[in-house]
Amino acid sequence: MAASLHFDPIRLPPECEALRREVRAFIAQEVTAGTFDPTQARHGDANNPQFSRRVGAKGWIGMTWPKKYGGHERSFLERYVVTEEFRVANAPVRQHFVADRQSGPILLKYAPEHIKLDILPRVCRGEVCFVIGMSEPGSGSDLFAAKTRATKTSGGWLINGTKIWTSNAHHADYMLGLFRTSPSTKENRRHGLTQFLVDMKTPGINVNPIRQMTGQRDFNEVVFEDAFVPDDHVLGEIDGAWKQATSELAYERSGPERFLETFYVLVELVRALGPQPDLRSAEGLGRLVAQLHTLRRMSVSVSGMLQAGREPVVEGAIVKDLGTTWEQKLPARVRGLAAFLEPEATNRTSLEDQIAYATMLAPKLTIQGGTTEVLRGIIARGLGLR
Amino acid sequence: MGPVVSASANIVADTATRIFTDLADPQTVNNAADGAWRDRVWDALADAGLTLAWVPEEHGGAGASLADGFEVLRVAGQFAAAIPLCETLLAGWLLARAGISSPAGPMAVAPTQPKDRIAVNPDRTLSGSVHRVPFARASRHLAVLAHGPTSPVIALVETEACRLTEGANLAGDPLNRVTFDRTRPLELAAAPPDFDQTSLMLMGAVARALESAGALEAMLALSLRYADERVAFERPIGKFQAVQHNLARLAGEAAAALAAAGSAADAIERADTFDDAVLLEAASAKIRSAEAAEQGAAIAHQVHGAIGFTAEHILHRFTLRLLSWRDDFGHESHWAATLGARIAERGADEFWPLVASR
Repeated sequence: MAASLHFDPIRLPPECEALRREVRAFIAQEVTAGTFDPTQARHGDANNPQFSRRVGAKGWIGMTWPKKYGGHERSFLERYVVTEEFRVANAPVRQHFVADRQSGPILLKYAPEHIKLDILPRVCRGEVCFVIGMSEPGSGSDLFAAKTRATKTSGGWLINGTKIWTSNAHHADYMLGLFRTSPSTKENRRHGLTQFLVDMKTPGINVNPIRQMTGQRDFNEVVFEDAFVPDDHVLGEIDGAWKQATSELAYERSGPERFLETFYVLVELVRALGPQPDLRSAEGLGRLVAQLHTLRRMSVSVSGMLQAGREPVVEGAIVKDLGTTWEQKLPARVRGLAAFLEPEATNRTSLEDQIAYATMLAPKLTIQGGTTEVLRGIIARGLGLR
Repeated sequence: MGPVVSASANIVADTATRIFTDLADPQTVNNAADGAWRDRVWDALADAGLTLAWVPEEHGGAGASLADGFEVLRVAGQFAAAIPLCETLLAGWLLARAGISSPAGPMAVAPTQPKDRIAVNPDRTLSGSVHRVPFARASRHLAVLAHGPTSPVIALVETEACRLTEGANLAGDPLNRVTFDRTRPLELAAAPPDFDQTSLMLMGAVARALESAGALEAMLALSLRYADERVAFERPIGKFQAVQHNLARLAGEAAAALAAAGSAADAIERADTFDDAVLLEAASAKIRSAEAAEQGAAIAHQVHGAIGFTAEHILHRFTLRLLSWRDDFGHESHWAATLGARIAERGADEFWPLVASR
């Protein structure tokens, strides 16, 4: 067989269940204190620096990282439990989530020691917010067409150009950006891009908000005009960023956030249907539960395989493709099942609000962090077709 | 402490792979003039102890773990083997629940539909008519779950003591209505406490899910190979993005079936009773593998074009069996309604805790 797929039936070890109880107790405490309302999906999209610091104080940011950088040397599966419980509770994790999921691991791998020692402990304390600077007005999925330049100058680099769709840039302390340091070559069109760590307070950086169709404004255009980045902020090989984006993407692609973004509509549907749904509703609900359960078991499996030191790149891409497609369709499925609810069903208003919000949000789910088309290309490559 | 990973490559599955490769190669079987290959592969599997893998040694079986048996079924699916291996494994397992030893030879299990019922009469004979029993016609014995006045019983019955209709599934494998008319079983004993028809259906559902996952793996491999070999518009068709994306979706469906079935097998292996967590796992495996069957078969055929629609090509051996298996041990809609009703009964606040319980 050209490609063999592996999804080991990972069981969460006992320490995960103790941790889960701890996370649920923490969430309950935060909800009681009025930090957020778990029935309000919008809250999960919020930045809350104070909340993030409390999460950091619990030791739930940078959980898998070495202790010398402020991490906690716990397993991917423990991190998994924290991530899924926060997501399901609509907890406001935005302030620290990108740093925890992907920026931190990239710094761990490519940043010089003194930078790691400076920044990573602050990430772990929930003090800093990261953004990803990849897309540009003229290049999105085609990452390696990026034009924003980094030009060598004394002691560092001058950045000029524009990044776009940078979620959270207006709150961010740092960006991990992909900038052009050389032209691409005939032999390798991916050549010539370098990854940089950028302090968002650097003079010459302007953040302009972009309003979204949901009414929110959490992504931005970031304009660089001769913004100076010192030499020690180069991450990895100059001109060789294309070599660096391989296995760590499996972390980014396969987490519970890749299928739970609209989960709240399903919970509200269960509430609205009540204990004795009609056959049509029960069957529809059962299918959705089976699909959700399968996605979660796939995602946990990838997490366990990462923990075991394997590189489930294709499996990770499959989880994201199936997961985002599913969470995107979920509001429509739930809407269909809710169509014949009695007008006075207890939480009908709440359910309708949740469906409305999820319906507006749905289109972005198969675009952000790698479109469906890009993912299927990655899967096809993994299958040996490219 | 790291994650607990069950051994996936195991010696039992390797043995099955070797036997099927040698004696039940799908192309060879597809070209065969008669069914003589069936006896040869059956004898080899029986000699290796695989047909009674789930029967304890004291009852004449190999005493393999449930996990090993499920792996064997995945391998059988990879070969779309048209023999009652799954049925015999399940029959042996069912008989062993009641301490009944398994006879040699192919067995079938009844009932295989959630709503079919077989009754035990006061004189300990069986009555009732159950439909869609896979491989009943090809079996020597039937392992039966029947209902006494108070509790379920398990019985061993000679197939020729029952009345069978002719019938076949989409792939031509026997699928028969079996009628018990005051039929006297060879043996009959009480089922263990907490064991009922749902337990048997869940076990059968997971077994079919493993076979389905194996078939989807093979269909993915066949489709990838064909896409690489077949040239159109001066390129292998696998170089076209539209075809690549279809194959990526097929891989996703195969992956979902594998993950759901593997997880359910592991859950059953470790469960003491068929509780809500097992229902979630087993029903999900059956539902999701059936959905994968529908989508996966469509994509595999689309990739293969007209050649895949011929009798000569082996693709249909996989796709038709896969599509038929959806109907055994509970249609996916049956399990979806059962699971949905249970989730609703538990209520919204107990929904996530169940999903996150493993």
